[in-house]
Amino acid sequence: MNEHLPVDKTFKLFIGGAFPRSESGRTFAVRDAKGALLANASQASRKDLREAVRAARGAQESWAGRTAYNRGQILYRAAEMMEARRPEFVSVLRQIGVTPKAASKQVDQAIDRWVWYAGWADKTHHILGTVNPVAGPYFNFTFPEPTGVVGVMAPDEPALLGLVSRLAAVIVSGNTAVAVVEGPASLAAITLAEVLATSDLPGGVVNLLTGDKNELLPWMMGHLDINAVDLTGAPKDLDPTILEEAAVNVKRTVWGDSTAESPYAIADFLEMKTVWHPIGK
Amino acid sequence: MACITDKPLSLATSVDQVALEARAKSLTTRSIKTTSKRAALHLSIRCMDLTTLEGADTPGKVASLCQKATRPDPTNLDVPPVAAVCVYPEMVDYAVAATAGTGVKVASVAGAFPSGLSRLSIRLDDIADAVARGAHEIDIVLNRSAFLTGDYNLVMDEVAAAKEACGEAHLKVILETGELGGYDQIRRASMLSMHAGADFIKTSTGKIPKASTLPVVLCMAEAIRDHADATGEIIGLKAAGGIRTAKQAWHYLVVIGETLGTDWLTPDLFRLGASSLLNDVLQQLGKLDTGRYSGPDYVTVD
Repeated sequence: MNEHLPVDKTFKLFIGGAFPRSESGRTFAVRDAKGALLANASQASRKDLREAVRAARGAQESWAGRTAYNRGQILYRAAEMMEARRPEFVSVLRQIGVTPKAASKQVDQAIDRWVWYAGWADKTHHILGTVNPVAGPYFNFTFPEPTGVVGVMAPDEPALLGLVSRLAAVIVSGNTAVAVVEGPASLAAITLAEVLATSDLPGGVVNLLTGDKNELLPWMMGHLDINAVDLTGAPKDLDPTILEEAAVNVKRTVWGDSTAESPYAIADFLEMKTVWHPIGK
Repeated sequence: MACITDKPLSLATSVDQVALEARAKSLTTRSIKTTSKRAALHLSIRCMDLTTLEGADTPGKVASLCQKATRPDPTNLDVPPVAAVCVYPEMVDYAVAATAGTGVKVASVAGAFPSGLSRLSIRLDDIADAVARGAHEIDIVLNRSAFLTGDYNLVMDEVAAAKEACGEAHLKVILETGELGGYDQIRRASMLSMHAGADFIKTSTGKIPKASTLPVVLCMAEAIRDHADATGEIIGLKAAGGIRTAKQAWHYLVVIGETLGTDWLTPDLFRLGASSLLNDVLQQLGKLDTGRYSGPDYVTVD
């Protein structure tokens, strides 16, 4: 037999640096604009979400404990890996209906976004932190710290640039992320996961779940071990009682710009800590 | 002194490794939900030996462990106390004081834990000392050196001597299964310990990476069952080391229930030795109560 039999990729979840199928065994069909089947992607369940949060929590302390410079290097490495697989990303975007020109541009922007946020890794303290003037013999500093584990509802559009922009802003400061991606954007997301898995990014810093946002969002909002939720790509017309769940453990809720390129997108996922230190002789 | 036993002691039975592991695996596939899940979680707490065996243990740390043992979840009085706290002999005084009147027992490791390699008289003194301090249960290690040499008489003599030194206290014999080299050996060590007078046989010290596994516990449970059939003696089992999640805990409950019967699912005959397991069980109970997934922020840092 001379002819090569094509081997299609199985699109699985990305949890703790590994690519498991959903524990539920469910999949959903991803179709192109004309209705042709592109792939069967894993449909994450609430237990997959729980496992992803566990992985993210396990990775958070050591990720935040790395030097800012090192986190920047690793984000830059993600850009390098994406650049190397540029044609694949263009092809995935083309499959899910992005025009050739727009696909090419979006991949460029996504790569640039990693580099842009990588540069911020060791600069947020200077820009967002302060030395406060106080009426007493004290030094008074305010400086940013990562919030912890962040749940991300990834934007549907633009599939790749949106996810990269939100993820980079979340993780650059030392947070870890559990992102939920829905529909055709899932293919771009899991391809991105393959890049992240080879970018020196420790397992668990980014976890990607493909599936139904409406199914997973209530569990994410109620999860007591998630510290912030990025609702930028959340479904429209949400039941407000779902969002109220965030109050139970005082989650930070963020509605941002899906293609944000701003230090304030990083600041959205930071906590400010103020320290008093006596001035002695 | 040779340990005399008139009960039938078979050391020749070999264990089918493939069947044992397949059987253990098949018992992990049960789905346990709602009220059964809550019952299993409560049972795993009631059968727990909450353990701290660190060189860095202090009276304060032991006192807070005992507090947690007595009332694992101070916000919910439905959560039962654990069976016992397990500490080093030097810490027994503090544990006895902190658990007085609560029904929580004090278990102490003794006998040159975790290696067991010091002079027998010293090991027996160690046991007697822990009992004198008020320990209700003594966890000793099997003399693996003698066992692996093939000196089974010495192994049994030492266990019998330890049992004598225990007096009223219950004796648990730790086989340290990860060092025995296979299921045949684990079964043999189980049989020797039971014949020599152990009240409980226990899997591991928790001090080596190869800790308790489900097939190992199944193997030991089958030995206990066969021993009970042959002699009528009811021996307990303690799984310890590497048990960190509630799911693992109820896998053990299922294996015990299926192998020895539900009569064995009491703190008198089954124990789970663990330090971090309790927090995971409490988080699972939290999920049952609130419908929200919990996290490590909502349990104590031990």
